[in-house]
Amino acid sequence: MKKLVSLSLIAIAILAMNFTSLLAADSTRTSKLTIVKPDADNAGLKLPVGFGALKVADNLGKTRHLVVNAQGDIYTKIMGKVGSEKGIIKLHDVNGDGKAEEITSFGNYGGTGIAIKNGYLYASSDVEVFRYKLNEKEDVIDSKQPERIITGLKKGNQHETKSIALDNDGNIYVNIGAYSNSCQIEDRTKGSLGKMPCPILDSAGGIWQFKANMLNQSYPQGIRYATGLRNVVGLDWNSQLNQLFVMQHGRDQLHDLFPDLYDDKASAEKPAETMYAIKKGTNAGWPYIYYDPSMNKKIVAPEYGGDGKKESTDPAFSDPAIAFPAHMAPNGLLFYTGNQFPDKYKNGAFIAFHGSWNRAPLPQEGYFVVFVPFENGKPTGKWEVFANGFSGVEVVTGTRGAAHRPCGLAQGPDGSLYVSDDSKGTIYRIIYQKETK
Amino acid sequence: MKAIKIGVLTIAAFILINNQYSVASVQPGVPNIKASIARGKELYLLQCLACHQIDGGGVPHLNAPLDGSANVKGKDKAMLIKIVLNGLKGAEIEGESYSNVMASHKDLTDQQIADILTYVRNAWSNKASQVTVAEVKAVRAKLK
Ligand code: HEC
Repeated sequence: MKKLVSLSLIAIAILAMNFTSLLAADSTRTSKLTIVKPDADNAGLKLPVGFGALKVADNLGKTRHLVVNAQGDIYTKIMGKVGSEKGIIKLHDVNGDGKAEEITSFGNYGGTGIAIKNGYLYASSDVEVFRYKLNEKEDVIDSKQPERIITGLKKGNQHETKSIALDNDGNIYVNIGAYSNSCQIEDRTKGSLGKMPCPILDSAGGIWQFKANMLNQSYPQGIRYATGLRNVVGLDWNSQLNQLFVMQHGRDQLHDLFPDLYDDKASAEKPAETMYAIKKGTNAGWPYIYYDPSMNKKIVAPEYGGDGKKESTDPAFSDPAIAFPAHMAPNGLLFYTGNQFPDKYKNGAFIAFHGSWNRAPLPQEGYFVVFVPFENGKPTGKWEVFANGFSGVEVVTGTRGAAHRPCGLAQGPDGSLYVSDDSKGTIYRIIYQKETK
Repeated sequence: MKAIKIGVLTIAAFILINNQYSVASVQPGVPNIKASIARGKELYLLQCLACHQIDGGGVPHLNAPLDGSANVKGKDKAMLIKIVLNGLKGAEIEGESYSNVMASHKDLTDQQIADILTYVRNAWSNKASQVTVAEVKAVRAKLK
């Protein structure tokens, strides 16, 4: 009891301090938590001038996507086999220093997706989506009895994670990844041709739309909102454009599977990782085509009669909004709407690249967070590396050599950017410190 | 950028050295472990590298590591041969599951499989006995 009292006294003192700094702060920038300081080494990250970073927590496990509530508490989803009540971790900063002192957990299922919308926390396993009612402080009221809103989703031995995003009209979007590399008759087998038509697309390889508030929905209640997407992990609803954006993981192993058409260098650099601006009915073309980042063209996949150069002329397939180098594995997408960062970041996109494995024998790439400026609702094309250094090494030759791998992104109520790492379970917070005039 | 170039050079050098090994003339079928390892390394770079990586470390949560694996270094060679012949998916290895699918490599010859497995059992930090053509032949016959 005594401890609690003194804790709350400290909290009040801190609140008071916070108020003074708030008053002193630039009045156009609201809700600043100015007592949060970056770690001395910026948590090991390289950032643009004026930015700093701190580790909020460490060693949490396979922390995939994350979300920050109105109080600044973090919920992050743990992937894979999880222990009892260990599926979602909640991080609470007791003393306002930006570090999580109170770490609790709940939920008995592993998964990737997590989001907050209209008074509910949504979280996914690899086959289902649940939601938990939040109180006015956006804390989960009953962590033991979530409502199951979606069930029975397809799950294979690859691309099984389900990412989620919600729009402003009561819908939830779920990625159902294709349980295949390129829909070959024999998956990942040299020379095996593609199934025609690819049967996977009826229930996977796309984005499905469901109602955010209806219980126990499955395929009959859902709509295949977009198709031809091999696997999406990072996705976000852009509220300014009122549109869904997704990041596709491009196919693997062009050289292993079709060595006569692709040498190992071509395979390391094709195909592009791609962002799509989704409309209802968008078809990104997997498995029939892929996007070549050097030719900037849709190319017919070798499983479907391609020769490495043949361009696809099928009008059904959409072009990406922007393309990135191959195999970097975009796992998180976030449109930045905060006021803390300089104006150029507003309404642009951050992307967390998990880092490649499919570039051997060339060194692996990615393991960073990039920023994509948007103008008039479209990416300008001039993307830049925003946060680097997660891997802790200059060159990643084997993926195991990367210490941390960026996965999820979230924005705090004060406009801080949060990044999760699913390798060591580190949660980073990136803040902008005022220009020193 | 420079770092990338150096990486590419290192790998190029690595492949060159490796190719020299394979020139060493050893009659196939003769259980010369050094020659088998050298041939196996070359095959590994072609067939297994993408997923299991240059350092044998695999890819966390995606492709199982071969370096340090108790199975890979273990006594049950028939199991390893079976994995290469049949492929593997959805298995749990030392408490971890992997979100990728290893395809069957049954088109490799008995000699090639013996060489690759002898290599992975003796690469990186691994050290274990040789896998012979006769052992591969026996397992393949049982699977038919
Ligand atoms: C497409 C990616 C891929 C390729 C190519 C590949 N593997 Fe695998 N390998 C895997 C995956 C994924 C697993 C784990 C499967 C599971 O857990 O079900 C695995 C598991 C193994 C295991 C079992 C490891 C253990 O500790 O029990 C061995 C041995 C192995 N692979 C050897 C090889 C060899 C040799 C080659 C080349 C001929 C090869 N693999 C090519 C993906 C691949």
